[in-house]
Amino acid sequence: MEQMVDDSLEDAFQHRIDAEVKIEPRDWMPERYRASLVRQIAQHAHSEIIGMQPEGNWITRAPSLRRKAILLAKVQDEAGHGLYLYSAAETLGVDREALVDMLQTGRQKYSSIFNYPTLSWADVGSIGWLVDGAAITNQLALTHTSYGPYARAMVKICREESFHQRQGFELLWHLSHGTEAQHEMAQESVNRWWWPSLMMFGPPDHSSPNSEQSMRWGIKRVSNDELRRRFVDMTVPQARALGVLLPDPELRWNESTGHHDFGPINWDEFHRVVGGDGPCNAERLTRRRRAHEEGEWVREAARSWATRHVPARIEAA
Amino acid sequence: MTQSSGLPLWEIFVRSRRGMSHIHVGSLHAADWEMAVQNARDLYTRRGEGVSIWAVAATEIHASDPDDKGPLFDPPADKVYRHPTFYEVPEDLKL
Ligand SMILES: [Fe+2]
Ligand SMILES: [Fe+2]
Repeated sequence: MEQMVDDSLEDAFQHRIDAEVKIEPRDWMPERYRASLVRQIAQHAHSEIIGMQPEGNWITRAPSLRRKAILLAKVQDEAGHGLYLYSAAETLGVDREALVDMLQTGRQKYSSIFNYPTLSWADVGSIGWLVDGAAITNQLALTHTSYGPYARAMVKICREESFHQRQGFELLWHLSHGTEAQHEMAQESVNRWWWPSLMMFGPPDHSSPNSEQSMRWGIKRVSNDELRRRFVDMTVPQARALGVLLPDPELRWNESTGHHDFGPINWDEFHRVVGGDGPCNAERLTRRRRAHEEGEWVREAARSWATRHVPARIEAA
Repeated sequence: MTQSSGLPLWEIFVRSRRGMSHIHVGSLHAADWEMAVQNARDLYTRRGEGVSIWAVAATEIHASDPDDKGPLFDPPADKVYRHPTFYEVPEDLKL
């Protein structure tokens, strides 16, 4: 009986999705839909939070006050993105601290792009141009995701991302058109970030096990390979304008498909980094845990204030 | 690992400019309403998105049940005469 009720509810739910009607927090939804959303939104949030570290490394060493102010604002935006997303995840009935705990104990993942090091100032440019560029491609598609709060968070984030990408492009443009050494620095950085950026879209469609159900539920709207193709098509002319080469000898325009062909991606490297064996996995998590622990006295003070000054009916949530 | 939940959840509403209503933008955790408003300023209005913020304790919001959608919102649907298009008037008049 229980099962029959669930089946008819699930049919109604799927109809709603197919009719492009958004799902809102208190609507009935299949448990697997809820769980899969929580996992995806949390991982997205964690990526924004961990994503502050590689660029944050360069704030104190930014070459000018202008660049420093820009970088501060960008990193602060990423913190904001993380918080919008945790807020969206909480509408699904999970506790924010539980999610933070999942990140810090390694039970939930974040985008493996942030396990690569930022070795030169040019990397701040490459991250803005390529990494944020890839993120925008992915997030633009997600503005049409089926869960209302997630879609709304994406709209807000996309509005802010375009500054991120443009400041990165501009930074690289100045290096690329500067001295020979600066140009070399820009090129070397792009060489390192290009392939990991392509990996950000995830495994190829034929080996992406969760994608199909995710598409059926309207959580994912565009496939990994299609997003990757969009990103490559968008980026090639930008690289030309920048005066840098993308490090792929097989990259070329394909007249018959109307898209660029590109060389094979090293999926072994991808799986290795996702699995924890990237250049900076341990460093990123250690730093996150330490920041959390060092902030404990602030949270403690806030909690103690809350218990004394906030009416009891406004329960701690 | 210290469990540091325990701060109330606040729903945040922002008025984008004078003359507009406050609109829900998301939520955040804060010790009290003052901290909620300050955090909301940093989180939701970094680019002048607002001129006024409301912070409402999430536990203080009472919502209609989404499953009530039928009984609660159906009656207006059969009162078509509440819409101007229900009435036939000469086409050449501005009415
Ligand atoms: Fe972001
Ligand atoms: Fe960004």
